[in-house]
Amino acid sequence: MAYLINCPHCGQRTTDEFYIKGDASKQRPGTIGDDTMNQWHDYVHIRDNVRGRTAEHWHHTGGCRQWLVVERDTVSHEVYAVAPASSRTPGKTSATPARKSAARKTPARNTTSRKTARGEKK
Amino acid sequence: MTSFRFDTGGLIDRSSVIDFSFDGKKMQGHSGDTLASALLANGQLLMGRSFKYHRPRSVITAGAAEPNALMEIGEGGRLEPNTRATMQELYDGLVAKSQNRWPTLERDFGAINSIASSFFVAGFYYKTFMWPKRFWEAIYEPIIRRAAGLGHLSHENDPDRYEKAYAHCDVLVVGSGPAGLMAAMAAARSGASVIMADEHATCGGSLLREREEIASQPGHEWAAETLAQLAGMDNVTIMARTTVIGAYDQCVFGALERVQKHTALPDHDVPVEKLWRIMAKACVMATGAEERPIVFGGNDRPGVMTASAMRAYANQFGVAAGRTACVFTSSDSGYRTALDMRSCGVHVEAIIDARANAPDIETHGVPVLTGAVVTNVDGGKHGMKGIEIDRGRGHENIPCQSLAMSGGWSPVVHLACQRGARPSWDEDLHCFMPPQSDPAIIASGSANAIWSLTGCLTDGARRGEQAARQAGCRTMKTPVPKARDEASHGSEAVWWVKQSTGKPFVDYQNDVTARDLPLAAREGYDHIELAKRYTTSGMATDQGKLGNVNAIGILADATGKGIEEIGTTTFRPFYTPVSFGALGGQHVGEHFRPVRMSPLHNWAADLGAEFVETGLWYRSSWFPEKGDDWLAAMTREVLNTRANVGICDVSTLGKIEIKGSDATEFINRLYSNAFAMLPVGKARYGLMLREDGFVGDDGTTSRLSENHYFMTTTTGHAAESMRDIEFAHQALWPELDVQYASVSDQWAQMAIAGPRARDVLAKIVDIDISNEAFGFLAARQIKVLGSIPAMLFRISFSGELAYELAVPAGHGEAVANAIMHAGEPFGIGPYGLEALSAMRIEKGFVTHNEINGRVTAGDVGLGKMLSKKKDYIGRMMSEREGLVDADREQLVGVRPLNPDLRFRAGCHLVNPGDVASLETDQGYVSSVAFSPMLESWVGLAMLKRGRERHGDKIVLWDGLREVQIEAEVCDPVFYDPAQEKAHG
Ligand SMILES: [Zn+2]
Repeated sequence: MAYLINCPHCGQRTTDEFYIKGDASKQRPGTIGDDTMNQWHDYVHIRDNVRGRTAEHWHHTGGCRQWLVVERDTVSHEVYAVAPASSRTPGKTSATPARKSAARKTPARNTTSRKTARGEKK
Repeated sequence: MTSFRFDTGGLIDRSSVIDFSFDGKKMQGHSGDTLASALLANGQLLMGRSFKYHRPRSVITAGAAEPNALMEIGEGGRLEPNTRATMQELYDGLVAKSQNRWPTLERDFGAINSIASSFFVAGFYYKTFMWPKRFWEAIYEPIIRRAAGLGHLSHENDPDRYEKAYAHCDVLVVGSGPAGLMAAMAAARSGASVIMADEHATCGGSLLREREEIASQPGHEWAAETLAQLAGMDNVTIMARTTVIGAYDQCVFGALERVQKHTALPDHDVPVEKLWRIMAKACVMATGAEERPIVFGGNDRPGVMTASAMRAYANQFGVAAGRTACVFTSSDSGYRTALDMRSCGVHVEAIIDARANAPDIETHGVPVLTGAVVTNVDGGKHGMKGIEIDRGRGHENIPCQSLAMSGGWSPVVHLACQRGARPSWDEDLHCFMPPQSDPAIIASGSANAIWSLTGCLTDGARRGEQAARQAGCRTMKTPVPKARDEASHGSEAVWWVKQSTGKPFVDYQNDVTARDLPLAAREGYDHIELAKRYTTSGMATDQGKLGNVNAIGILADATGKGIEEIGTTTFRPFYTPVSFGALGGQHVGEHFRPVRMSPLHNWAADLGAEFVETGLWYRSSWFPEKGDDWLAAMTREVLNTRANVGICDVSTLGKIEIKGSDATEFINRLYSNAFAMLPVGKARYGLMLREDGFVGDDGTTSRLSENHYFMTTTTGHAAESMRDIEFAHQALWPELDVQYASVSDQWAQMAIAGPRARDVLAKIVDIDISNEAFGFLAARQIKVLGSIPAMLFRISFSGELAYELAVPAGHGEAVANAIMHAGEPFGIGPYGLEALSAMRIEKGFVTHNEINGRVTAGDVGLGKMLSKKKDYIGRMMSEREGLVDADREQLVGVRPLNPDLRFRAGCHLVNPGDVASLETDQGYVSSVAFSPMLESWVGLAMLKRGRERHGDKIVLWDGLREVQIEAEVCDPVFYDPAQEKAHG
């Protein structure tokens, strides 16, 4: 796995500062419609074991505590892009001004909660 | 013993005397010596015993690849086994011991293995220890455990400090020989920040070991001058005694610096070793080349070593293994050794050149036997007597005390291959070439199969410039000094002298002979990775640095495949072994992991609390009085709280403040139950699901003002809940205007519970807390003790009239003491985690014992908390068939028919009369406590269709302790089922 991640908020940081949640390619389904249960099953449980380019949700736990989408290659370990998750909700690609301002208001740094998060990882 | 020190020559300081000991024998060396060179100088040619056959062994190399001369260095907690004597600097007071011998190095019983050697063929372990099966534990394993492993571990604690460190640079230069020095100079002159690392104490690489000239001065003098120039440049850091051990993604390197491994008593303020992570933009891999031994009979006898090692011992350390020498070579390196030894006064009997045609090199009278091979060595633990050769007319003997061998060179390609790229075999150069797949790792000099000094200097300069360019610097052309080159460097590969009459070793450390590899191939283990495991060739501490290429050549020969087709085994970090001390760094003893202490820790400690570790937290568990045990203390604390009033530290709860115009909407989407209509000044118990529909966490959230909430999570789930909340906002609903911050550490929080709780609190708060003014689930920001800001919540985890009071962490101790003081007339007493647990079990409240990731809200009786009117995390999946199945396990209480019978959480539930099995399993016990109110052990359990089985008999089955207890299923609320007390 890539050793250095270029956090859009913090700059280049080592991967041990991050928590990896996993696949970011899917969009959270809604609650209305005929096929919603299947969509939910797919969203929650079905994962490809990708050889090559992936997009994943990473959390900068030891830094800005922002959720990021990291696009990387599982074979070459190249990192193609790192973007705030808030600017890249799948299916809603262009960030609206309202969304941007919401993201900016989020506290960028919180040392105490960082300690909490790291402390209780195990 | 035949080895000795020359009267003059070498880079050692003969005026300095260094005392050391080897196997208890006192010896002396000089500053500039390694342990290996000092041992040779003391006539100690015998340095160890081999692993399998216990053959007497001496040094084969003068560097990092040494497979034989492994020693235990130091004493007590500082003892370090498997240290290569060739890499260990000599220091005053050094204590070295040989390994793998019993009772002594001279008289070793294990050597009898050599006689039974037909027994120890390839695959020995696989073939011998497989059956009969019952022999394994009783006989085979103890034997192997005693025989296996080189050296011993000290069972004392290591008294030294280790550290981890980070460094950043544009260009990392690995190695400081001619190519490395020029590369560092060229990169530095281009303005790049440069780190040059070398594993030896003195930089200079081969220039310290060869008799070559650069710019009309001896190579080592030129190296010293160049080093001084580099040291004077602000953008250059020189790291001697530093081995670059691994190349990782994005040009990150691991390096081990031996800061104080050359002193008997390290300065405790400085670490003995530092593990570096070096972030570079480009790397010049000037790691040099390893000379290959030739595989012939007796090639492991003390006195036999590689040609370059023999030169290094003579030129750098002024020592030799014997007064006479022969050279067996298939490369021109052997000729260089013959000439250097001759000029040191060692009589060189002959050069045995395996090639049919000798190169055109002036040998000053040393006879050259072409087309000849060495077939055996006459020698043992006291040194060599001579060699047996074959030049096509039967065996002939030549007496000599030492033998240099050279089978050509292998570039040290490890760093270029550790990320998975494979080296490629070059048919003309007879070596594996470093891959060029990573533009940031640039091989230079002999690591790039450039053998001449002029070539290495020039290549170093150009590669240094290339690396600086790669790092984004504008490069300047660096002039290359003129060098007088030694002999050319042609070689031919001789994999194996088949007419050998003695044992021809391929891998010295594992005692693998040339005959083992064809055997492995015949038995089907012809893939290089399989052959490695089957024969153990290339395993252990040296990982085949010397033997692997020969092993590949022999395997190619045996299978009829090409060398390229056979390929190499995988190169993995680390290049050389790294101590656990260095890997552990500062994380030892009490610093192994952080400790979290509540702001009320000292308050509890002053009251004599016993603490229990929960995660990183130390929580006050019970408060013993007059030496009573936990059960007596807990019972007293519960009875006092339920009768009078108690105070408990609950600061470890996760605490999150949430604000913003969309805070209400946001919280409503996090919790499964309705939060949209929570009035200001009220708290509510909330349930959080995971997206898969199972319960994630629970807690209370209070609305302090219109857009300001205070949320609590469980202690154990605080970090995850915070991360989930951040995810929900940032990744799912970034359009919501909401902010949140973890404030777990900012607040000291205490529960004040019991019928007199109100009376106590009324004395310190600034508001009316009567039931009318501050009813059940009220929540408000207040002041205590006149001026301290606080939050007061009327919530109860004990079932009693109870409050939780949060004050700024720094005021926690003072406020807790004030409450103790105010509560004195009402009989207040502290209670700990044990009492808290007992009371919550008496009340049937769930914690993560119950919400363990496998239960639904319905399972724990909270199905009504799943709102049908909104979307929230986990809503859809919580409705899946399997999650609403009526056969699911449901929360119940269990009471043993005999109240004195203690049982444990984890017991399984089986129906009376059933034999416990997977099929008859009815559920499990999740929490157990002794209930002081019921005077009985009680438990919470998850039981199939449990809610309809209250009153049934069940058996609590504990397979581990072989206990079966008859019990009755009951409602999970054991105490005050009408919930009157908390509301009063
Ligand atoms: Zn960041």
